Amino acid sequence: MSIRSNRIAGGDLIVRSQKIRFEFNGRKYTGFQGDTLASALMANGIDFVSRSFKYHRPRGFSASGYADVSSMVQIDGDEDTPNVLASVTPLSEGLTARSVNCWPSLEFDVGTALRLLSPIIPAGFYYKTFMWPHWHLFEPFIRKIAGFGNAPNSIPVRCFGKSYDYCDVLIVGAGPSGLSAGLAASRSGARVILADDMLQPGGGLLSSSATIDGKSGIEWVSEVVEELDANPSVTRLQNATAWGYLEGNHVVISERSPTPENLLRRSRRVWAKQVIIATGAFERPIVFENNDRPGVMQASAVSSYIRNYAVKPGQKAVVFTNNNSAYRTVSDLSRAGISIAAVVDVRSRVDDHVVKVASQATDFYQDSIVQTVYGNKRVTGVGIRSRETGRIKRKIDCDLVCVSGGWNPIVHLFSQSGGSLDYNEQIHAFIPAQLLQKSLVAGAARGRFNLRDSLRDGFEAGKLAAETIGLPVQAQPSLKVIDRFDAEYSIEEFWSVPPINRLGKAFVDLAGDVTVNDLHLALREGYESIEHLKRYTTAGMGLDQGKTANVTAIGIVAKHAGVSMAEVGTTTFRPPYTPVEFGEFAGSCTEDVVLPYRYTPMTEWHKSAGAVMFEAGARWVRPSYYPLSGESMDQAIQRECRTVRQGVGIYDGSPLAKFAIKGADSETLLDLMYTNSFQNLDIQQGKYGVMLHEDGRIFDDGVTFRLSDDEYLMSGATGNGILLETRLDSFINVERPDLNVLFTPVTSQWANATVCGPLARTLLESVESDINFAADAFPFMHMREGVFADMSVRIFRVSFTGELSFEINTPARYGLDLWTHLIKAGDQFDICPIGSEANHVLRVEKGFISLGHEVDGTIDPYDLGMAWIVSKKKSDFIGMKAMQIRRKNDDTRQHLIGLLPINSSELLPEGAPLISTIKSTRAEGFVSASVWSSTLDRTIALGLLANGRERLDETVYANANGTIIPAIVCKPIFYDSDGRKMRM
Amino acid sequence: MKPNQRYSLAALAQGALRNHQNWDRAWQSPPLKPQYDVVIIGGGGHGLATAYYLAKNHGIRKIAVLEKNWIGGGNSGRNTAIIRSNYLRQDSIRFFDKSVQLYETLSRELNYNIMFSQRSEVDILLTNTSMRNMRRRCFNMNLQGVDFKMLSADEVRQRIPVLAPMKECRLPILGGSVQSRAGIARHDAIVWGYARAASAYGVDIIQNVVITGIRRAENGEISGLNTDRGLIKTNKIATAAGGENSSVAEMAGIRLPLQTFNLQAFVSEPIKPVLDVVVNCPDLQVYLSHSDKGELVVGGITDAQQISFRRGGKLAVLDSTVAGLLELFPTFRRLKLMRQWGGALEFARDGSPIISLTPIKGFYVSAGWWGGFKAIPAGGLTLAHTIAKDEPHPLSACYRLNRFDTMNFLMESGTTVPIH
Amino acid sequence: MLLIRCPWCGLRSESEFHCNGEVRPIRPHSSSLTDQQSVQHTCDRLNFKGWIEEDWCHSKGCGEWFRLNRHTVTHEIDQD
Repeated sequence: MSIRSNRIAGGDLIVRSQKIRFEFNGRKYTGFQGDTLASALMANGIDFVSRSFKYHRPRGFSASGYADVSSMVQIDGDEDTPNVLASVTPLSEGLTARSVNCWPSLEFDVGTALRLLSPIIPAGFYYKTFMWPHWHLFEPFIRKIAGFGNAPNSIPVRCFGKSYDYCDVLIVGAGPSGLSAGLAASRSGARVILADDMLQPGGGLLSSSATIDGKSGIEWVSEVVEELDANPSVTRLQNATAWGYLEGNHVVISERSPTPENLLRRSRRVWAKQVIIATGAFERPIVFENNDRPGVMQASAVSSYIRNYAVKPGQKAVVFTNNNSAYRTVSDLSRAGISIAAVVDVRSRVDDHVVKVASQATDFYQDSIVQTVYGNKRVTGVGIRSRETGRIKRKIDCDLVCVSGGWNPIVHLFSQSGGSLDYNEQIHAFIPAQLLQKSLVAGAARGRFNLRDSLRDGFEAGKLAAETIGLPVQAQPSLKVIDRFDAEYSIEEFWSVPPINRLGKAFVDLAGDVTVNDLHLALREGYESIEHLKRYTTAGMGLDQGKTANVTAIGIVAKHAGVSMAEVGTTTFRPPYTPVEFGEFAGSCTEDVVLPYRYTPMTEWHKSAGAVMFEAGARWVRPSYYPLSGESMDQAIQRECRTVRQGVGIYDGSPLAKFAIKGADSETLLDLMYTNSFQNLDIQQGKYGVMLHEDGRIFDDGVTFRLSDDEYLMSGATGNGILLETRLDSFINVERPDLNVLFTPVTSQWANATVCGPLARTLLESVESDINFAADAFPFMHMREGVFADMSVRIFRVSFTGELSFEINTPARYGLDLWTHLIKAGDQFDICPIGSEANHVLRVEKGFISLGHEVDGTIDPYDLGMAWIVSKKKSDFIGMKAMQIRRKNDDTRQHLIGLLPINSSELLPEGAPLISTIKSTRAEGFVSASVWSSTLDRTIALGLLANGRERLDETVYANANGTIIPAIVCKPIFYDSDGRKMRM
Repeated sequence: MKPNQRYSLAALAQGALRNHQNWDRAWQSPPLKPQYDVVIIGGGGHGLATAYYLAKNHGIRKIAVLEKNWIGGGNSGRNTAIIRSNYLRQDSIRFFDKSVQLYETLSRELNYNIMFSQRSEVDILLTNTSMRNMRRRCFNMNLQGVDFKMLSADEVRQRIPVLAPMKECRLPILGGSVQSRAGIARHDAIVWGYARAASAYGVDIIQNVVITGIRRAENGEISGLNTDRGLIKTNKIATAAGGENSSVAEMAGIRLPLQTFNLQAFVSEPIKPVLDVVVNCPDLQVYLSHSDKGELVVGGITDAQQISFRRGGKLAVLDSTVAGLLELFPTFRRLKLMRQWGGALEFARDGSPIISLTPIKGFYVSAGWWGGFKAIPAGGLTLAHTIAKDEPHPLSACYRLNRFDTMNFLMESGTTVPIH
Repeated sequence: MLLIRCPWCGLRSESEFHCNGEVRPIRPHSSSLTDQQSVQHTCDRLNFKGWIEEDWCHSKGCGEWFRLNRHTVTHEIDQD
């Protein structure tokens, strides 16, 4: 089957010697190097590429570049991506694309049935119906038909990058003004970044017929680019969209074809001393019935396809405009051999120059408008009428309608920067007014649509930006610009032609299928604020984020309400300017870098010993238990517990948070941080302390040792390391800067192997050391420094298990040596490593509190029955006052208690609420920790219970999702209640 | 009062015959009166719901809702539209579940489809700490008779097939939990629905009016307020002004224990359905749902370091939220972020809201909302009760302001609330 | 994102810093406060639109503490 080819001679951007094969909707085509997917499809005669969002109407190419909202395709294969604009996708070998939002195929789409329903589904219809019997019946259907493309199924092979860049002048846009700004700024020696979102630099110059100093637009562009590229202080980014202008003169750029090639995208985050916004302007549509049919295109896009890609977008054209710029397209059509059936201008008076150009058309209608478009999958003609009468005067056959409703400066970035906008009555567009950040706007972006002005404006902006930061620039002799079409830009305000037929659809927003009638309905219903209107009708909320629709919608509202454009105002311009792939935000922050794990020097040993590892809080990976072959988890835990209670065990305590504190006021600091007193602590003696928030709730607990006169080592809960560091840091720098004290977090500097159990001392004494481990020489809550197995160590007598226990600390690099030495030395005592699970059981048997279990962010030391740890002598510590105030006013505190399930083999689920009668729904407390104790050969638990200390021997019930388990309240200690064993 | 015309499929069909010329204004736009029985500051969900319940349940007729910009323009229109009641504390569970119950019948009550989609919320849990917290929450929910259930890792994957396959998932999913009555709703519809229903009761909804001062009589009681459109006399003023409550309270002469922070959210481009439930991952601090329009709506953490009244958002915070999202869903890397926004949220010291009388007679507050969208019906119901009866509603008594005087906080642990 | 001037390291990205909130007087001794003052000290923080003086720390850099003025709406920073 032969395909009609629309390729003509010329085409400045394509390389005919390089053919490129690609596939669309399962059929193979060829295009040229330099084509976009859109231009290649159009050259192959494909003009219908997608189905619209709501009504599934046929859609083609409505514009070029990012202004196009309808040529949405899905890219398949390695580059699997939804909702890609064909008009900005460079054609590449093997590119495979297909249409979206249609089933089973583009031509025969079931969704088109929705068109029959369209009279009863105006804007916001879903707010008015689907309530009976229930929304759930309708929702699945709505969900299925909404949305465009499909989420990718695979992870891209190439990766995303991020960079943080600094420059003197950042220029956004490489059109005539941006390039001129680049020349000026770069000649000053400033560090310049020039970012442009199109595939080639030049912007509007690429499709212009003007000459600059005798050179064609394209020649001038390549000369400028050559100069810029030769300058080492200029970085030029092409196919790179500046999508966000954030606070701090910080601009984010999405680089779509970065080097090296294994990068898919790079997010450049640029801090610029000055930003020049030279983003140009978008041509805007005029809204009329069926203005979405394939073949209705923006006039400038038609010029661009003809001049840049040598593609004829149609055979017979009608041009519809309210301004002078469309007449350039008239000339281009004529040169491309496209017959011009008519030029329709809404204005009653136009200048002579324009009339002359219009004579290339068969007919020239002034004071007239296009009322409607005929045809379904392609334009077949238009109906035109005069502005006064409502009747269609003539039907004109054509397959292409070139529309120009004027130009909107692209003010998105400027507006994001915090700048304000004014409505300009000359050009009927919003233009930048008040600046907020360090930026300048140049050229068409501020309404300078004339090429000569634009070039001058850009150069001046570049010069000013450089001079602002102290770099002078020589003035440039003015450029000689000759344009065959030299009419000044003039425009008459004109937004839309309401359809005569009440079922007719005139689209304001093609991306969201929003019609003029929708806007009128919303206004009638009181959704008058432009933000309400946008949300109710969804105008401007589609994939193009209102690039073409917003100003037109404002125009229609202003006309309808009889107010000025400025009074209606714009909606907020939110980043990003164009959609940005998620990968760009994460960059290389994926996999191992997200929530990174922390390991101790002994981690590999634990793994090789068969330990089951787990994340134990604060991202520390620790051994949970070490199962022997054939052993279940419970069996392993019980064996480990028995070992500690009867023999000797060893565990890796390295993650314990540790801080070195030094200075004359160290003691004062400790006395403020902890509820108990640290006065008169002997050197090499330690003390357990509880630390509160300023609001009186427990924050942390741990043991602090005095190392020398003015030196201490503080420990805290493993999970609290970072919080504790921040707290200490701000306390001594901000709350009490008068204290003469310094601290250093040393958690990872020390490895910790803790040997515990009745045989612990015997084991240590079997190893060569200068430390005397005898009970009277080295008492409980003391520390010793010395040499142990040829390693320098600090050994602390602290117990988390309730048994005789020595925490042996050594610099982290010796950690593994220490550990393996102890394992070897312990062999004769049947030593075995102990995981966190057994540790948990042992601490519950002892009734020791734990962060995240008993300490759940609400309780204070009194609740835990630890009145003894609150100093009665101290007149101040953090949280003292708050705790007093709260206790004065609250007599319903929960107390730490022990729980013995009546059925001694039944385990109380951790977290289960405690109730006092079986039927009660009032939680009076909860089970904070619950274990099988092999020591007691039964289940035990700790919990918090309202007024629990007065309720010993009472039966309470744990309600675990309806399963009720009775238990007796007891004291929160089940083993060695006088603590003799750990002091042994 | 003039009843609203009825919204229904039949009415739409009739409308089609008349080119939809038949539709009335959704809510009236009356002139400001010189005197009201109750003035509510803030035309968001909470303010409008309060007006509605004041009129409907308490028969108060002269009510004004004053909005500085356009109704629903604050956090009511800037959230991720998630509705759930899976809280830890008994008082919170009861309050928020009342809200879910009200939401369940709200479309028909207001005759405005709020599109409450009870598609369930699944929590994905990656650490033992969050497993433990969620298990405790689960027990408490069930004790209150509210549906909530723990899930195995396999069950989580069954409900969320688009999750990274096990072999590619570095952070192992330990399990999850689900509240099946949770879901999402159309946020604007709730604002407009309440506005329309309140308006039918004669509530005056006034947009674009700026409050310049609050007046108090000699005995200290509220006597009126100054606006840029003149003086209004009233003995009862309630503030439900989102991030602006501190400024309003300052005008009345009291300081609220609040700080305002920035919270941001974003949506992806519209795609065909990939996610049938609301997903929340406390460990990665990211939550998301797939809207009926086809956009993935994603929220993350609060930038709780710096107080901020700005509605943008910090790039670094956005980066970390997206990194978390992609850790769960690595195939989303090439999906595009289409729109991003931020809101100014108030946090009370303990992270729980304030619905309360104040030391000033006639001055009421509804404040400290972050995630307050899900609380709109219950917040409105209880604040209306508080205003009408001058005493707290039993469900919101736990949110009284004077809890801070004795520092009897209502702590929701396991939340991301900033505590300095 | 803002660039913030660390007194030691010069201009650095905001993400390297930790903001500790409003500048407050040195922590008062508990015995010098009434109950009400103590509650205020613990619970009340500034929350207004405008310039606020804050304590910042170059926490992911040199660790230096310093003060700056920041606008709570525009996020402008005034460091001199």
